[in-house]
Amino acid sequence: MTHVVSQNEQSRMRPPKYFACMALLIIAVGFFESWNSALFILNFGLISAIMALGVNLQWGYAGLFNVGVVGFVALGGLAAVLVSKPPVPEAWGAGGLQVLGALVFGLAVIVGAIALWKRLSGSKYRGLILTAFILIGFFIYRAIFDPAVAAIEAVNPSVTGNLGGLGLPILLAWPVGGLFAAGAAWVVAKTALGLRSDYLAIATLGIAEIIIAVMKNEDWLARGVKNVIAIPRPVPYEIDLQTSPWFLSLAERFGSDPITASTIFVKLCYAALFLGVIILLVTAMELALKSPWGRMMRAIRDNEVSSEAMGKDVTKRHLQIFVLGAAICGLAGAMMTTLDGQLTPTSYQPLRFTFLIWVMVIVGGSGNNWGAVLGGMLIWFLWVQVEPMSLFAAEQIVDIFNIGPDLEAQIMKRVIYLRHFSMGLILLLVLRFNPRGLLPER
Amino acid sequence: MDLLNALVAFTNFVIVPATAYGAQLALGALGVTLIYGILRFSNFAHGETMAFGTMSVLGITALFQSWGISFGPLPTALLALPFGALITIALVLSTDRVVYKFYRKVKAAPVMLVIVSMGVMFMMNGFIRMIVGTDDRRFADGARFIIKAREFKQATGLNEGLAIKTTQAITLVVAIMTVAALFYFLNKTRTGKSMRAYSDNEDLALLSGINPERVVKITWILVAILATIAGTLYGLDKSFKPFIYMQLLLPIFAAAIVGGLGSPLGAIAGGFVIAFSEITFTYAFKKVITYLGPDGWKPDGLVQLLSTDYKFAVSFAILIIVLLFKPTGLFKGKSV
Repeated sequence: MTHVVSQNEQSRMRPPKYFACMALLIIAVGFFESWNSALFILNFGLISAIMALGVNLQWGYAGLFNVGVVGFVALGGLAAVLVSKPPVPEAWGAGGLQVLGALVFGLAVIVGAIALWKRLSGSKYRGLILTAFILIGFFIYRAIFDPAVAAIEAVNPSVTGNLGGLGLPILLAWPVGGLFAAGAAWVVAKTALGLRSDYLAIATLGIAEIIIAVMKNEDWLARGVKNVIAIPRPVPYEIDLQTSPWFLSLAERFGSDPITASTIFVKLCYAALFLGVIILLVTAMELALKSPWGRMMRAIRDNEVSSEAMGKDVTKRHLQIFVLGAAICGLAGAMMTTLDGQLTPTSYQPLRFTFLIWVMVIVGGSGNNWGAVLGGMLIWFLWVQVEPMSLFAAEQIVDIFNIGPDLEAQIMKRVIYLRHFSMGLILLLVLRFNPRGLLPER
Repeated sequence: MDLLNALVAFTNFVIVPATAYGAQLALGALGVTLIYGILRFSNFAHGETMAFGTMSVLGITALFQSWGISFGPLPTALLALPFGALITIALVLSTDRVVYKFYRKVKAAPVMLVIVSMGVMFMMNGFIRMIVGTDDRRFADGARFIIKAREFKQATGLNEGLAIKTTQAITLVVAIMTVAALFYFLNKTRTGKSMRAYSDNEDLALLSGINPERVVKITWILVAILATIAGTLYGLDKSFKPFIYMQLLLPIFAAAIVGGLGSPLGAIAGGFVIAFSEITFTYAFKKVITYLGPDGWKPDGLVQLLSTDYKFAVSFAILIIVLLFKPTGLFKGKSV
């Protein structure tokens, strides 16, 4: 990863050209399929671009290998529920404070264990005492925690069964999602940074699995696999639009029926919000990259030893950038749950939210923020479009070879996995023939 | 107080399944650790290699069954195993030729190879799902149990039964045979010694005339065999679900790191450490404690430390503890 300065005309014209092509692709979907699907691709593409920006910050700026993106995204989704859903007073009455107390107690045990470990240095029975301390602490924690959880989950389980949220505006959940992810990232980074790069990768893989497991199992928190639906929106509802006179006249002016117009209007509102976030993020990141801080980060990435010799605290800078990158992923996660309007923990698949994001960063061009945005949009576009394309191709083959209906059903069911195959192929081709990506680092 | 019944219950629900699971993890971790030792990267595609190997064995098994070939009380899959391994060898060798070889030539950084293995993982993942779909498949035929719980109860007169599945016994026997053969190969044969030399010190190995491409080729062959065996044993014991193998990646990596990356002996130890702790921490001890306590007394809850869904958390916690206190693993591995 050498840093080549190439400021010629061609490379400066490249980003606008590529982004224009991307826009044309989405507009083409609008004309040939529908404007609703075009805007669907645009909105999720923008969110994917933000996730790619987060990973690019860690990998492109600092060479940190994070394969736990899905966990940070899921934490953002959790934040959306905890901030925006109304609280459930009965559940709080049943055991809310007790659960919080148990969590605080658990934290205290961990802090106590760390303190004890330091205090006992040199003692022969250090390991034994510490194990006993943690085990006793764990059983007391469970004794406080379990009955409270049972009480909360018994409150109207078909609708709530959880503590609910704070009932605050959903937009507030976006930065909170970032904070949640940053907190988790801090814990991972504190333990695994400074070890070899593969260990950080495995550690992030593990923490992501644990975050997803917690969200699936702790029903008192966000209902687990029972899902949370009807998360409040930052934009108007279609139903309200369809009955408000100003909107009806607007739809009439465009010659569109009110129902389609309302769905498109809502999606456009989201797109505007997401675009605003992206512009803010990219501007901030570009400014940071050009600042002394950005130059220091790249110097550390390119040669850790010499930067350390220059008096830079490499581990501390890595910690900083790892937490920042994870926060961006958490922000994107909160935005995605807001757009979905629901939280479904089972949908957080590492293939979709970790490895696909990596394809986006590599294809877009690691180290280049515009590249990450472009890669996010493009790969998301392909991820969505490869499925109908492969289905279409399979149909043609079925027709030509006159394949029976049983086999046809089997083929149709499986051909959709061509999208996994093609994403891997794209990643390998880019790595092999254009390792610096579509928009290389300047 | 009923020590014997408690012991039988503990054996039945913890020791037997954990031994089988540990053997499966150990074989998987051996593959990861071999690639790490020789090719010097963490192979994210290893889970999918296991799935591919199992899929090949599944196909050959179905073929054998349609020809009426069976292996008596043992599963037909054992007969199909060598053929499945051959197919997997062909796949990984061609992957190495087409994909990985280039990066060795340009001497790419190890982390680059990890990203490359992510691409390979994606492609294999899609390929496997296109061939077999995502359904759950059972392919263990032959006798189901060696010791049935009821027969054990009748024979011993105890309240608790002990059941040992054929697949669990096969797992252990096959794993021991495989590991013995692998260690014989690594320690006694010329090729195996050259592999260890290459793993210990690349430059010195090259200087003494060891052909690196041959070493790499043999590594991939061993890895393919190990992955096929590990995947098939896991599939026989539980069932074949393509996505499960990706989830196995975490415990397998944890096992390899806990043991010490690059150390085959460590991979085996790591596999059993992870398996035993996962199952012990997620087993409900109510029954065992009821037997151990005074007569007529029962614990209130299930006495389960963690719900079974948190078994990943256990392997992760052990991984972190080892990383914090012994970064090179239990058996000194590499730390490049």
